[in-house]
Amino acid sequence: MTAIVDYGVGNLFSLKSSFSYIGEEAVVTNDPERIRNADRVILPGVGAFGDAAKKLFDSGLAQLLIDLAKEGKPILGICLGMQLLFEKSFEYGEHKGLGLIKGNIMPISDRVSSEYKIPHIGWNALKFTGKKSPLFKYINEGDCVYFVHSYYGADCDESLIAAAEYGFDVTAAVSSGNVCGTQFHPEKSGEVGMKILKAFCEM
Amino acid sequence: MITKRIIPCLDVKDGRVVKGVNFLGLADVSSPTKLAKFYSDNGADELVFYDITASAEGRALFTDILCEVASTIFIPLTVGGGINSVDDFDRVLKCGADKVSVNSGAIRNPDLINAAAQKYGDQCVVLSVDAKRVDGSYHVFAKGGREDTGMDAIEWIKRGQSMGAGEIVLNSIDTDGVKNGFDLEMLGAVCEIATVPVIASGGAGNIDHFTELFKALPKVDAGLAASIFHFGEVDIKDLKKELHSQGIIVRL
Repeated sequence: MTAIVDYGVGNLFSLKSSFSYIGEEAVVTNDPERIRNADRVILPGVGAFGDAAKKLFDSGLAQLLIDLAKEGKPILGICLGMQLLFEKSFEYGEHKGLGLIKGNIMPISDRVSSEYKIPHIGWNALKFTGKKSPLFKYINEGDCVYFVHSYYGADCDESLIAAAEYGFDVTAAVSSGNVCGTQFHPEKSGEVGMKILKAFCEM
Repeated sequence: MITKRIIPCLDVKDGRVVKGVNFLGLADVSSPTKLAKFYSDNGADELVFYDITASAEGRALFTDILCEVASTIFIPLTVGGGINSVDDFDRVLKCGADKVSVNSGAIRNPDLINAAAQKYGDQCVVLSVDAKRVDGSYHVFAKGGREDTGMDAIEWIKRGQSMGAGEIVLNSIDTDGVKNGFDLEMLGAVCEIATVPVIASGGAGNIDHFTELFKALPKVDAGLAASIFHFGEVDIKDLKKELHSQGIIVRL
């Protein structure tokens, strides 16, 4: 069973539906016991980093996720959920993340000229970096996934497993041991996205 | 690189997909869920649903259909029609929509753009503009293209962007339904001032019109059409193959 962490950020309808679609049981919950007892955990999120991080830390869910990560529970952060796994974000100020992935969240606009529109929105092709991650076992390099974001994961070389070209190599996915994250939305990336969620359920 | 998007648009009334020619003479086409699934399987990058019902029952039926679509189709969904308040955003986002398109509601109350962008993020707010040539400039039309607001379309789009619209859909009433190609002149004028993605709408009649669009205006991010897809005049798979062979980056 997969626990989709509900901490009041964004809409989880599609994420929950995509698990039914691939035939995996999933529950949307903020109950620490249910999250602890799940086989794996999804940390979703849309919106601003600061608000979301505050909700996670204030509710105690942040500490729970940090503990579960240490115990080896598979965790997948999606979009802002991936960014929250990092050490720090510089979106409107400076905010502390969960520190499960080394690196910082920085504005895309720092890296590209004004001809690149922000947010980076739409379908972009994945470029795998290093050894192919188990998360990608059912998909191929060059497959397209759906992105919507204005900030990106920087300084995460060791954890980088995929990038997408948008004026520079934008961090598309990261992994460190049992903790992984995708900047793109697998639940909005059609069959390719479903195959990534399927692979996560087998990790 | 980010790919150019192909977006079928489904106008939904009383639970069925309809499409008009120059916004008049609506003709029933097919089941929204079946069409959506068909498009998703055939390479559509995104779907737009416009709710053109006015009644409360129609509105409830529309959200039921939206939930059904979002449970089976996993590509981005944009919803428009009858969006007048932040509560309307909430209503459709809960049913699995990713983006919400505002048109007449934002003309009546421009603060809606601001309020929705603050609550849900710029990426969630699409400003849809129906524009038509009037006395040598482009005017914004409201109420499904029936009412000239007298507002200048370029100025309205600039204002919408500054208030937080994350994407612009430009529908040229002059070319809509005519199938003679997109309104490259009007789109070009919008691209010059656009800082967010621009979606071209109105006028596509065949595959070449899309090639022409993306070649003439590289700043256009997506092409939107309805009847040519619904009636099978253009197959999205064929369209994307052709765009690819012409060197335009698409998701195959």
